[in-house]
Amino acid sequence: MQKLTDRSIVVSDKNMTFLEKIYIPAITKGMFITLKHFFRKKATISYPEQKREFSEIYRGQHVLKRDDLGRERCTACGLCAVACPAEAITMIAAERKPGEENLYREEKYAEVYEINMLRCIFCGDCEEACPKEAIFLTDRIVASEYKRNPFVYGKDILVEPLDPAKRIDVSKRQTEAVRKFKEIKRFAHNK
Amino acid sequence: MDWTLYIYKTIFLFIILLVTLLIAMYSTYGERKVAAFMQDRRGPNRAGPFGLLQPLADGIKMFMKEEIIPLSANRALFILGPSIAMTTALLTGVVIPWGGTITIGGREFSMQIADLNIGILYVFAMVSIGVYGIMIGGWASNNKYALYGAIRAASQMISYELAMGMSIVALVVSTGSLSLHEIVLQQHGMHWNIFYQPLGFLIFLTCAFAETNRAPFDLPECETELIGGYHTEYSSMKLGFYLFAEYINMFISSAVIATLYFGGYNMPFIDQLGLSPNAVTLMGTAFFFMKILFVIFLYMWIRWTLPRFRYDQLMNLGWKGLIPLAIFNILATGVYYYFTELT
Repeated sequence: MQKLTDRSIVVSDKNMTFLEKIYIPAITKGMFITLKHFFRKKATISYPEQKREFSEIYRGQHVLKRDDLGRERCTACGLCAVACPAEAITMIAAERKPGEENLYREEKYAEVYEINMLRCIFCGDCEEACPKEAIFLTDRIVASEYKRNPFVYGKDILVEPLDPAKRIDVSKRQTEAVRKFKEIKRFAHNK
Repeated sequence: MDWTLYIYKTIFLFIILLVTLLIAMYSTYGERKVAAFMQDRRGPNRAGPFGLLQPLADGIKMFMKEEIIPLSANRALFILGPSIAMTTALLTGVVIPWGGTITIGGREFSMQIADLNIGILYVFAMVSIGVYGIMIGGWASNNKYALYGAIRAASQMISYELAMGMSIVALVVSTGSLSLHEIVLQQHGMHWNIFYQPLGFLIFLTCAFAETNRAPFDLPECETELIGGYHTEYSSMKLGFYLFAEYINMFISSAVIATLYFGGYNMPFIDQLGLSPNAVTLMGTAFFFMKILFVIFLYMWIRWTLPRFRYDQLMNLGWKGLIPLAIFNILATGVYYYFTELT
């Protein structure tokens, strides 16, 4: 029979030899194994000071992007909310008033946009569903809270800041392949 | 009345008490560090530099906890249990020679609180009383797990005390004295008893592990089967006393092992260095503590290497393994000295 690993040992119930019976050689062997580990590099990452390196396309806290002129991209079409398997996203749409052209890119925008971070499973389906490339998942970690309510993130947290220096970089997730996919019009949500 | 001697002894007693408590305190820290290092972790490192204030934080935590005495427990015995454990643990340090003699103002002071001529027997007596702490505590809790732990502790300690005593008999035969001070003096130079009694040392070490309830013989308090064993019902500082007594026992038994088998405060090549007597004494004490710390490290090293014995395996090893070996050791030692002394 083929073995699953090259480290498997055949178990037997033969009587122990004298050396095995007095345990001391086996104990010494075990003690040297633990001693070897004593001087080994530690596996611990001291969290607040030291952070684990994330994958380039890590799916963490969401961001609602602005375009180059600082206008919100989201048009409150609701596709992300439909796509969300955890039903974490809710929004209320509103119409852009004259004079707000510098704030919102299109005539319709999301007045309220909330993601319940306790429901979110960080699958990234919202990002995939978005026809306007407005929502992205980033490599930021959702902070812990003491109560449930603060986990419902509104636009104040989700929308990225206006200041170009403070914009959140999503170029790793907004790759060429993603852009091409969004251009294929035979998918309903890209129309 | 020799008042200087009384004052000296009192001061020395307090120093030993403080040192014992300090070392026991930092053994808890050391234990966690050793455990962590052997498991590729870092261990406590948040409280103070390198986590050095951790034992203090643990102590404060213990004091702050709610103190619970179960309704069905026997109140008096419930409190007596940890007290006995702690008291006997602290009492043993009295007979251990911590160093040679120190000369202050032309007078010689011994660095041993009481040089009993039956020092070893005293140590055994104290260790035996220590069992009562666990037994009484376990019984008074009125909890089946605690009772199980207590029964296990009692039977384990009684079984292993036999083998321990017999390994000591062989040592006494070869040294010809029951006084710890005398035994240390005889080991001057490199005439450590471990070279004369290697088998006896192994038996004594194994039994010392069992006597202090340390892994792999920590059956009385195994967490998985007995949810803490004899201290299941204990909380707050009473629990702290039990845990602390274990570490004190560990320190004291390390000191006893170092005294009996590793030459106590004797340091190899100390005579060739040409130091003043006081310096020699202090160096010897420092070296003694190094030996103790090494044995404590050995305790921890074994604990984080070996899995726990099953109860029947423990009894097998004690009665069928160690006691016959100890008897053989006595016989061999006796025969050897009978023939060498004659010629």
